[in-house]
Amino acid sequence: MRPTPMLPRTLAALAALAPTVLAAQAARPASGGTTLIRNATVLTVTKGTLQNTDLLLQGGKIARIGQNLQAPAGATVVDATGKFVMPGIIDPHSHMMSDAINEGSLSVTSMVRITDVLNPTAINVYRALAGGVTTINILHGSANTIGGQNATVKLKYGREAAEMVFPGATPGIKFALGENVTRKSRTAIPGGPPARYPTSRMGQEEVLRDAFVRAREYKASWDEYRRAGARGVAPRRDLELEPLVEVLEGKRYVHAHGYRGDEMLMLLQVADEFGFKVRTLQHGLEGYKIASEIAKHGAGLSTFADSWSYKIEAYDAIPYNAAILVRHGVLTTINSDSDERIRRLNIDAAKLVKYGDLTEDEALKTITYNGALQLGVQDRVGSIEVGKDADVAIWSAHPLSVYANVDKTFIDGELFFDRQKDLAEREAKARERQQLERAEQPARQQRPAQPFVPNEERR
Amino acid sequence: MPRRTTVPAALAALLPFLPAVVGAQLGSYNPPPGAQGTFAIRGARIVPVSGPDIASGTVVVSGGRIAAVGADAAVPAGATVIDGAGLTVYPGMFDAGTSIGLSEIPQGAPSTVDVSETGNFNPNAQAFFGVNPQSAHVGVTRVVGITHVLSRPSGGVISGQATLLNLAGSTVPEMSVVPRAALVVELPRSGFGGGRFGGGGFAFAAAGSQQDVQRARTRQLDSLRAMLRDADAYQKAHDAYAKDKALPRPRQDVVLSALVPYVRRQAPVLFIADRAPDIREAVAFAEEMQLRPIIVGGRDAWQVGAFLKQKDVPVLLSAVMDLPSREDDPYDVNFASPSKLAAAGVRFAITSGDQGAEARNLPYTAGMASAFGLSKADALKAVTLWPAQILGVGDRLGSIEVGKVANLVVTDGDLLEARTRTRHLFIAGRPVPLDSKHTDLNDRFKDRP
Repeated sequence: MRPTPMLPRTLAALAALAPTVLAAQAARPASGGTTLIRNATVLTVTKGTLQNTDLLLQGGKIARIGQNLQAPAGATVVDATGKFVMPGIIDPHSHMMSDAINEGSLSVTSMVRITDVLNPTAINVYRALAGGVTTINILHGSANTIGGQNATVKLKYGREAAEMVFPGATPGIKFALGENVTRKSRTAIPGGPPARYPTSRMGQEEVLRDAFVRAREYKASWDEYRRAGARGVAPRRDLELEPLVEVLEGKRYVHAHGYRGDEMLMLLQVADEFGFKVRTLQHGLEGYKIASEIAKHGAGLSTFADSWSYKIEAYDAIPYNAAILVRHGVLTTINSDSDERIRRLNIDAAKLVKYGDLTEDEALKTITYNGALQLGVQDRVGSIEVGKDADVAIWSAHPLSVYANVDKTFIDGELFFDRQKDLAEREAKARERQQLERAEQPARQQRPAQPFVPNEERR
Repeated sequence: MPRRTTVPAALAALLPFLPAVVGAQLGSYNPPPGAQGTFAIRGARIVPVSGPDIASGTVVVSGGRIAAVGADAAVPAGATVIDGAGLTVYPGMFDAGTSIGLSEIPQGAPSTVDVSETGNFNPNAQAFFGVNPQSAHVGVTRVVGITHVLSRPSGGVISGQATLLNLAGSTVPEMSVVPRAALVVELPRSGFGGGRFGGGGFAFAAAGSQQDVQRARTRQLDSLRAMLRDADAYQKAHDAYAKDKALPRPRQDVVLSALVPYVRRQAPVLFIADRAPDIREAVAFAEEMQLRPIIVGGRDAWQVGAFLKQKDVPVLLSAVMDLPSREDDPYDVNFASPSKLAAAGVRFAITSGDQGAEARNLPYTAGMASAFGLSKADALKAVTLWPAQILGVGDRLGSIEVGKVANLVVTDGDLLEARTRTRHLFIAGRPVPLDSKHTDLNDRFKDRP
C-alpha cells in the first residue's frame, strides 16, 4: 500500500555518479575499522556501570565488553583510563540539517518530507558530535496541526544525506497543538501572515478529526479494492492521506508538539477514538498535569529539562516534569530543539537528579535508551550492549558532570569526532583562513543582515 | 489543496484577554524570607572563595552579616544551629547579566515585558522602577544559590539604568543593594550585519545605502556625545549655583541629572558589545568621554585580551553558551573564552545572559567554562566574587568573610554541578524558604493518580 518513495535527490545524484562514488566508498572501511577502548568506566545505561572495562568496536558493532580484552590485529587501541564511555546521545527533537522546517501554508501537510531537505554539511552536526550526540530525530515544525514526515538521522558528518538516514527507524510524522498552530503571535505582527484555520484549540481538534475521518475512508476504499481482488479501477492515490493511514495501521509514529495538559489530552482522546497511538508528545511541558492519562494511553513524552516562561503556554512548565512522568511510568526523554542546546544534553539530563531525584541511570536513559525506544531503534542504539551499533562517546569525566567534555565520538564504529585531532588541526585551519581572506580581500563585500526568523514555530 | 482559508479578524478581539489571563497567574510564588537572627552552620565544608577552603568549620551569621567563619569559630549562645555535616557552604552567586523582573513572558504577552523604553536615549529609565518583585523567576533562581543580580534594561542607544538587587523581599526597595548601579549603553554598530536587530537603536532593517547607514550612525554618536557633555555642564551649573545663589538658577532636567553620576565616573557604564571592533570602539568612546566602561556580552573579548588588560576594562561575559558565530570557528570557541580571558589577565565575570527565566543556569555556564580550561576555583569566582568586584560591591558581596553581607548557599555537592541540591539559603542574613512556583506545582501534581 505504501508507494515506493521517490529517490531523494542525493540518491539520484549518487546514481549518476555511481562509478566514482562507489569506488570511493569501497575504499572506505564499511565497518569503521576495529577499535579497542581500554580501561574505561562504562555506563551501559541498561546494565549498570562497569569499572575498568574494555570495549571492542568491530564491524560497526559493539563486539565485546570485558576486562583485559585482546586487541585484534590492526585494531586501534584507545587508552581510556580515568575516562567514561556512554552510548551516543539521542535527541528526539531537532531541526538540524533542515533547509526548511515548516510547510505552514496548509493545516495538514502530511505529504511533505524532511528527508527531502536535509543538508548534510551543516556545521552544527559536527558541534553536536562534540557534545556526544550520535542520533537525532529531525522533525517538521509546529506551524500546523498535522505537519510533515520526520527523518531519523545518524550524525555521520561529511557523508551524503542518504547515508546519514537511520536505516530501519520507524517513520514518523509531526503533529502540533496550541499557540504555534494558531499563529497568533505572528499574524498579530504588521506584515505577518494572514490568519489560517484553525486559530483556536477548538479548530485543532476539528482538523485532526476531519483528517482521520478522511484517512479512514481512504483506507476503506483501498481495503475494499483489495478484497475484491484488486480488479477494476484502483482508488486514486492520495499523498496527504497515505501517511495518516500508516498512522492508523501503527506503521508510522505520531510525534505531537503540545504544551498545555488540556490540548494534549484532546489529542489522546482523538487518537483513542480512531484507534491509533501517539508515540511521543513533544515538549509536553504540562505533561506532569496529566501524567496518568499519558501513561494510560501509552504515549511517550519528550521535553526540555528546565526551559520555561518563554511564552504563555510555557508559564506553568516545571523542571520536575520529567521526573513526575518517569514516576508515572511514561517513557520520557529530554530533547534540545536547538542546535545550541544539543551540545549539552548531558547537563540537561543531570538536572533531573536535582529536580525530582531521578537516579543517574534514569537520568542518562532520558538522553539515550528512552529516545531509541521513542524512535523505534532500540535494537540498534541507546545502550552499550554486545551486538548493538558501535555508537559511543568517550568523556573526560562522568558525563553528568558539568566539568566533563567529549574526547571521542564513534558512529558505527567509525570515529566522527576526536578532540585531540580537532585541537591539532586548528593552527593549520587558521592559517588557511587567513590565506583565503587575503585572497578574497579586493572583492570582499559586506554580507546583508540575516532575515529575521521568529523562533516560535520551532519550540 | 487548501481545505479552508477563513480569515476571521477575531484575533484582535482576543488580544485584550491575554493580559488578564497572565495577570491571574503572576506573582505570589516567592515565599518571604524569615527574619534576621543569629545562625550557625556547623561542621560544614566552607568555600569562602576569597581564601582557602575549610574542610570542616562553622559560619556564624548575625544581624544580616557574617559574624565569624573558621575551623573552630565559636557558636554564640542562642544561635539557631544548622548541622552542616556532609554539606558545603558557598557565598551566594551573582548573575550580573540579566533582566530579571523586567520580563516575565517575552513572547506573546507584551504586558509582562518592561525591558525597554521607547526611543533611543533613556538615561532616566530605571530598572529599579520596572522590576516586578513578585516575578516567579525570582523564586526559582535563588533556590539554585543565586542570591543577587544586576537587572538591566535594553534597547536604544542609552537603554537606562541597571539595578543591583538581592533576591529576597516583597518590594524592590527591600531587595535593593544599589538602586542605580550602572548605565546601559549600546553604541550604534559600524557596518552592516553580524548583529542583533535594532542594536544600538540602529535601524538595520531600513533599506538604505551603506553611506546612509553610516550617516545615521554618526548622528546618533554625536547625539550621545552631546548628551553626555550636556550632563557634565548641567551639573557644573548646578554646583556653581549651589555655591552662589546670585547666579541664574539652572533649570531642572531629569534626563541630564540621571547621567551625572556616570559622567562624573561615580558609577560604571555598561557597553553592550560582542565583536572585537565594537569592543575596541566602546573602550575608545569611554576614554574620549571619560567614562568607566564595562563590556557586556564580550563574545569576542578574548581576541582583544591584551587590549582590555592594558586598559583595565572588565567584561561581563554572556556568550559562553552561544554557538560559534562563524562556521569555521573552533566548536568550543565560546566555551573556552573565559579561560583565555583569565590567561590574558582580564577581569571578567560569567553571567547567564538570560532575561530571567533561565538565569538559574548560571552555575552550569561557569561549569562549562571550566570543562574547557578555566580552573574550577576561577569558575566559582567568576560567578561570585569577580562580578561583585567589577560592580564595586566586592567589599560587601561575593565571598564568605567576616563583616560581609550574609548571602550563603548550603549545598549537598559542588555548587556548579547540575546534580547538586540546595539545602539552606540565606540572603542578607535572612533564611529563605526553598519553595518556588516550581516546587508548588510539583507538590500539587506529583502524586496525582
